Amino acid sequence: MMGAGELSTFPKKKPDPSPLLSVAGVKKTYGARIGCSDVSFDLWPGEVLGIVGESGSGKSTLLSCLAGHLTPDAGSVVFDTSAGPRDTLTMTEADRRRLARTDWAYVHQNPRDGLRMGVTAGGNVGERLMAVGTRHYGGIRDKATDWLGRVEIDASRIDDRPSAFSGGMQQRLQIARNLVTGPRLVFMDEPTGGLDVSVQARLLDLLRGLVREMGLSAIIVTHDLAVVRLFADRLMVMKSGRVVEQGLTDQVLDDPQHGYTQLLVSSVLQV
Amino acid sequence: MSDYNFAYLDEQTKRMIRRAILKGVAVPGYQVPFASREMPMPYGWGTGGVQVTAACLVPEDTLKVIDQGADDTTNAVSIRKFFERTAGVPVTDATADATVIQTRHRIPEHPLTEGQILVYQVPIPEPLRFLEPREVETRKMHELEEYGLMHVKLYEDIARHGQIATSYAYPVKVGGRYVMDPSPIPKFDNPKLSGSPALQLFGAGREQRIYALPPYCDVVSLDFDDHPFDPSKAPHDCDLCAADGSYLDEVIVDDQGGRMFVCSDTDFCQGRRRAGHVGRLGVPDDTGPDAERGA
Repeated sequence: MMGAGELSTFPKKKPDPSPLLSVAGVKKTYGARIGCSDVSFDLWPGEVLGIVGESGSGKSTLLSCLAGHLTPDAGSVVFDTSAGPRDTLTMTEADRRRLARTDWAYVHQNPRDGLRMGVTAGGNVGERLMAVGTRHYGGIRDKATDWLGRVEIDASRIDDRPSAFSGGMQQRLQIARNLVTGPRLVFMDEPTGGLDVSVQARLLDLLRGLVREMGLSAIIVTHDLAVVRLFADRLMVMKSGRVVEQGLTDQVLDDPQHGYTQLLVSSVLQV
Repeated sequence: MSDYNFAYLDEQTKRMIRRAILKGVAVPGYQVPFASREMPMPYGWGTGGVQVTAACLVPEDTLKVIDQGADDTTNAVSIRKFFERTAGVPVTDATADATVIQTRHRIPEHPLTEGQILVYQVPIPEPLRFLEPREVETRKMHELEEYGLMHVKLYEDIARHGQIATSYAYPVKVGGRYVMDPSPIPKFDNPKLSGSPALQLFGAGREQRIYALPPYCDVVSLDFDDHPFDPSKAPHDCDLCAADGSYLDEVIVDDQGGRMFVCSDTDFCQGRRRAGHVGRLGVPDDTGPDAERGA
């Protein structure tokens, strides 16, 4: 039984007035072809949004537009920066890149895209710290050691290069490298793709733990419905560059309304 | 003199190079692209430095050319001859007498003075090159002052070797803005880059870049708070002239493990020996301080 005193140790969560990321009317075309079109949504602090759809449905294009890797043709992507909400598409590139290495993180599907393969694990984790101005070797090293531990990589591997790591370890290293500066928003592009199922499960478990623990918001692009079922609070289903359905994950997966979502859900193989 | 235009290059080319130099001086540490010409020597022999020297030379100049501190090595001799023949300017070995000094891999020990120009030969001007292979990306990093990667290199040094093992081409930050490769000079010379009264110009022929340090420019060698920059040298005195503060070359003298350390700056070493300093393996030089060189 809980007394009144105990209850007060849990401060009431203040309702956050503004969304962390507010996307409106984002459109990206490749010539005459539509990459993605008319995408709008709000992402709230601490929320994990899944984006699912088949190959070519525009989900990776959308993620690249949101993360600033591609410039959308239309729309706005407003991020709640420390100085208030700002449209990341109209801010200077210097500001956007600063945001990308402090408040944002981007986990690539292929860890080779997100890691420096010729640099040791410690250097990989430390890069973002050094990029934001940390100039104390011992401090960087301690933080790298700490983060390797948090992603379940043995501290003795700190001076090994990622090329000596297994695929799962590389992916965990990439996550450590991204989270070390305490970002608030993580973009993930198929983070579990290319990993076998047991490694996938461990990675998901780890990610879930980190996201909860650090109160991160995340946007995760995947074609694996099991991943979003475990991980995402909310789900967006894309087809041919458009969002055809969105809602709470369980709601969308258990009671799909749109024909394509119904097809997607019924296509999952049962073991 | 010869049938060549003064200092080999045609006047239009020299004008183009001078423009690049002026821009480099105006933006210290920034790599200015220029249309590097074919020179009658292979890349890697100082084609960039030669073009910068050619653009700076006037008939009243006195030229000194050094290679690894020495006036008498192949590279130095051939470039000196090149300008003797194409520009007809007087040449010298004495740092103090020269108005233009082209150098490869060293800064002279003798302090430089106002009005002197030091021209460096640069093989790879981009300090970030071995960390980031894409030119588009490195330019962007310079533009946005994203130099965290440079420290990753130093971090890697410490992680692998216990200290910053980079001993030459040690990256520096110029005027609090651009990170610059000081060409492959030993890091012992790095402190001399900063606040030098001479104009320092850097020419990379193959990579087609010119950059510059105006006189009295602030140059800081990158380091970590707990691993500060250390301009190290061999812990010896020169075996010929007994100098204890100059940069030393190690020379293997036999196959029994015998070795000697000598000043890499031959002009500096000779000057000291003429002034009567004698090192561990040296013999007294009785030609006197005013003796003619090469007599």
